[in-house]
Amino acid sequence: MDLKGKKITVHDMCLRDGMHPKRHQITVEQMVTVAKAMDEAGVPLIEVTHGDGLGGTSVNYGFPAASDEEYLTAVCREMKNTKVSALLLPGIGTVDHLQMAVDCGISTIRVATHCTEADVSEQHITVASGMKGLDTVGFLMMAHMIEPEELVVQLKLMESYGANCVYITDSAGYMLPEDVAARVSLARRELKPATELGFHGHHNLAMGVANSIAAVAAGANRIDGSMAGLGAGAGNTPLEVFIAVCDRMGIETGVDTFKAMDIAEDLITPMMDEQVRIDRDALTLGYAGVYSSFLLFAKRSAAKYQLSSRDILVELGRRRTVGGQEDMIEDLALDMARERGTIQ
Amino acid sequence: MSNKIKAAIIGPGNIGTDLLMKAQRSKLIEPVWMVGVDPDSPGLARAAEMGLKTTSDGVDGMLPFMQEDGVQICFDATSAYVHAENSRKVNERGAVMIDLTPAAIGPFCVPPVNLADAVARKAMNVNMVTCGGQATIPLVAAVSRVQEVTYGEIVATVSSKSAGPGTRKNIDEFTRTTAKGIEVCGGAHTGKAIIIINPAEPPLIMRDTVHCLTHDDPDQEAITRSIHEMIAEVQKYVPGYTLKNGPVFDGKRVSIYMEVEGLGDFLPKYAGNLDIMTAAGLRTAEMYAEEILSGNFMPNVA
Repeated sequence: MDLKGKKITVHDMCLRDGMHPKRHQITVEQMVTVAKAMDEAGVPLIEVTHGDGLGGTSVNYGFPAASDEEYLTAVCREMKNTKVSALLLPGIGTVDHLQMAVDCGISTIRVATHCTEADVSEQHITVASGMKGLDTVGFLMMAHMIEPEELVVQLKLMESYGANCVYITDSAGYMLPEDVAARVSLARRELKPATELGFHGHHNLAMGVANSIAAVAAGANRIDGSMAGLGAGAGNTPLEVFIAVCDRMGIETGVDTFKAMDIAEDLITPMMDEQVRIDRDALTLGYAGVYSSFLLFAKRSAAKYQLSSRDILVELGRRRTVGGQEDMIEDLALDMARERGTIQ
Repeated sequence: MSNKIKAAIIGPGNIGTDLLMKAQRSKLIEPVWMVGVDPDSPGLARAAEMGLKTTSDGVDGMLPFMQEDGVQICFDATSAYVHAENSRKVNERGAVMIDLTPAAIGPFCVPPVNLADAVARKAMNVNMVTCGGQATIPLVAAVSRVQEVTYGEIVATVSSKSAGPGTRKNIDEFTRTTAKGIEVCGGAHTGKAIIIINPAEPPLIMRDTVHCLTHDDPDQEAITRSIHEMIAEVQKYVPGYTLKNGPVFDGKRVSIYMEVEGLGDFLPKYAGNLDIMTAAGLRTAEMYAEEILSGNFMPNVA
């Protein structure tokens, strides 16, 4: 596979997806320190918000250490070259949040829906694409759950609302390289040539880097990852590793490889509450196709009701839960505990 | 002379048709008009078969006949964007408007919480909040009537098949209107609403989670009793309104896990979100009808 000379845009997730393993407790100061290092290393784009996007602050997902507005204001004003994105899940955040984030200085908005529900993004993508100079991205989560042909129909909806870039998102870290290649290559053939195509991976089956390379080979030009993999589940595609592999292959990211390694080692790893790694539960997410940010919720409910977190996660997969259904986890744990006689 | 109040349904879609089927069983409401905008609408054809007068010229097509046909209550099951205009027109003809869209130009009405107040205020337009609001606000109110609730949050999960194009295009109106309803009717200082659409097959029954944060430590016994009483009230018009788990008490958090199965009139049983909306709308209309029949309230020509 010769990808020499191919230019791609990497997008770091530490300060958004990385909020999940940090229980949304990354401080404003930590965000600014990390963001400045990313700027210095030449990372073109970083995402900053609550782990569940703008407006994610809630009992259901967790209350963050600071508001989206505080994080975005503090980070955006320090950036020299790096651009800042925000994530928005319709049903959680609204166009009001989008406007607030734009006022804070973001240059990219990513509107995310479950892979079959692109039409709930129409309101937000239409507004965003009408804002001058705002890079507007449609983001289809849990993309492993439907076939490539169905996925392309949904991607095209987002494109039709005005997204200039659309993403195939492996929220469960379930996909294998051939699954990624099949989806990306069909999307590349069917979308307008000017529409950019991205891939967001999770490392639950250790496929983050391999899947991202497969995506680039099949025609994707934006790749999400996070330094040291700080993200939900077993983390995102470890970005410093991906950048090193790109270097070896001649794929041009514009990021300084050694500086990326230093961010991962010196800044991100020490921030971790627990090592983000493929433990039994994270592996179960990838194996059973479960939304990665369910991980800590399942662990907490398992501990509270004396259950196996793996059993909870497998059942969540069997019930075909989608992103955002964190409230199902305690409900399900209570059902399971009652069946097992540990509660009345 | 008929002892039922005559009503019109605007919007012959899934909601309007389900409402029609429920209204036909009502002892107090007689649906006489179905209003649409598409002459080929299957909903209009069904209503005509059931003996209603129909028009595909929108509300304007019904207005000239409203007074002679004695229409005193209208239901709007169209969209937030056209609601204000529809409401103004039917109010001018002396009919009360029950708003099933998220337009929310009139006071909110969640029957077991504040229906009596809304009717007592003789409002000519009442808003039914949202489907998620109807399913959850009674429970926020059940907690806040026991003690101060600083924050109320609801998560409504509905099947993909039960989320129609109106909900999808207006998803922000859902979250905003529901959050406001949690505050205004539910009695929480701050409200937050989240909606999740799940495409699983077979379609999942509507699920709702209600989280309240109380100001002081929750009085577990009183809150539990209040919740059970409120559920019994809602079950009077939505029999499939079921407590699955909880209340769970965790510090100052009170969490309630619900499932809402519909009656399966026109909409399938899993679409409890739509059923609770039409059932609440009809219940509101019936209460207005009682007031009109007893002579306590005469809708005014605005």
